[in-house]
Amino acid sequence: MAHALRGKTAVVGIGTAGTGEAPGRSAIELLGEASLNAIADAGLKLSDVDGIFAATSTHAFPTLSVAEYLGLRPRFVDGTNIGGASFEAHLLHAALALDAGFCDVALICYGSNQRTAGGRLVSMSEPQVWEAPFKPRMPLTAYALAASRHMHQFGTTREQLAEVAVAARAWANLNPEAFARGPLSVADVLASRMISDPLTVLDCCLVTDGGAACVMTRADRAKHLAKPPVYFLGGAGAQWHRAISTMPDLTITAASESGPRALTHAGVSLSDVKLAMLYDAFTICTLLFLEDLGFCPKGEAGRFVEGGAIGPGGRLAVNTNGGGLSCVHPGMYGLFLIIEAVTQLRGAAGERQVKDCDIALVHGNGGTLSAQVTGVLGTAATV
Amino acid sequence: MTEAGQGPEATFRAFLKEGRFMIQRSASTGRHVFYPRVALPGTGERDLEWVPASGLGTVYATTVARQRPNPDGSSNDYNIAIVELDEGVRMMSRVEGVPPTEVKIGQRVKARIAEVDGAPGIVFDPV
Repeated sequence: MAHALRGKTAVVGIGTAGTGEAPGRSAIELLGEASLNAIADAGLKLSDVDGIFAATSTHAFPTLSVAEYLGLRPRFVDGTNIGGASFEAHLLHAALALDAGFCDVALICYGSNQRTAGGRLVSMSEPQVWEAPFKPRMPLTAYALAASRHMHQFGTTREQLAEVAVAARAWANLNPEAFARGPLSVADVLASRMISDPLTVLDCCLVTDGGAACVMTRADRAKHLAKPPVYFLGGAGAQWHRAISTMPDLTITAASESGPRALTHAGVSLSDVKLAMLYDAFTICTLLFLEDLGFCPKGEAGRFVEGGAIGPGGRLAVNTNGGGLSCVHPGMYGLFLIIEAVTQLRGAAGERQVKDCDIALVHGNGGTLSAQVTGVLGTAATV
Repeated sequence: MTEAGQGPEATFRAFLKEGRFMIQRSASTGRHVFYPRVALPGTGERDLEWVPASGLGTVYATTVARQRPNPDGSSNDYNIAIVELDEGVRMMSRVEGVPPTEVKIGQRVKARIAEVDGAPGIVFDPV
């Protein structure tokens, strides 16, 4: 049975800023611009915002910094930081706060200039004392270890991992805002530089700059704003570990718990999902989440993605913006999953538009396969 | 070895300095724990006692951290592995004595105390 929160709130505005390269602009500037863009997209004023939900890689107290920068005195804040999945958690937390009347207009926001600031993944994550002496390059090492295990246990091949990157690029080639465009083949991925076996540089996400934001309100108000509302149908999070060496099974993520709970919450079955936005920090992520969310049986995702099955014209639309692999990945990518899902549900995705897209699943991943949060969004017709 | 007031992490490291690889085991449940904690995770039993680790384990997952080669062309690549001890607990470590690309999942390994990043730590050798 669907949860009482289903359809009570909606995403009414989305905005981005400086995606790709934004030389000379700081993280908070990108976050601020994206926020103003999202507020304008909704047809609201900055002063309407009374709830702030934020996490970044550079702010210890993100909601304090955001409120100060934008000049807001929010009634409700949530700075939950569980890595890249933070924003899917914020989606759920904002829905709860709005529904309870703790705020009326919720702003979820993020910004990073990590590409032009240093060109490497910036993370506030503290080194894990039981791992750091062995000099892992986190998060890369963790995902490489998970990929090694998936290959060992299920016979998944490097070619199948490469298929994920190739499908992401094919979608990116239909998205004028994607950072990495141009032809990409399985052979290209296999021939690129190995950086942590079995992952090559093309099995890894981009390092870009970018800000993103979305605005949520309750359904009654959402109906009267500038853009068609995209309703929050349900969401759930799960977490089983922090450090990769304590993950109970490197081939099974907590998405296997968050996904079914989110779908139940939303009153939606997996076969209703027209678009799956799965956090693809590395090619192995997409395989794990396809399995754990139930799109295919455990161990079968390598075969599931073969032959362009998750690319344009395939059996399941996955990561239609080009994903973290080819569209944008400014440190924490989770909010961009929501941006693309809303764009698709509005029918505004141009050349890459998924036909009859009325229900989208967004799945955020944080840490080293640690935090898993699933959200379900739908058009007015699905409420 | 356990000094009064010293926590499990410091105790583990003190054992290592003495050349002993010790892990915790709950007296009532028999379950082993790693990394060292104040109680059994999930159930909270505080009856953890230090027991010698068998030192034997199996490679559970492995990767090679690829590095720029040295000026003479020799490799700086190194192994990072997750090893499952026969006691059922896992730890991050590295397998030495074979090229990093030759470390295989399922391979049997044995613990050795060595200097790891400037302090005593556990590494593994193939058996």
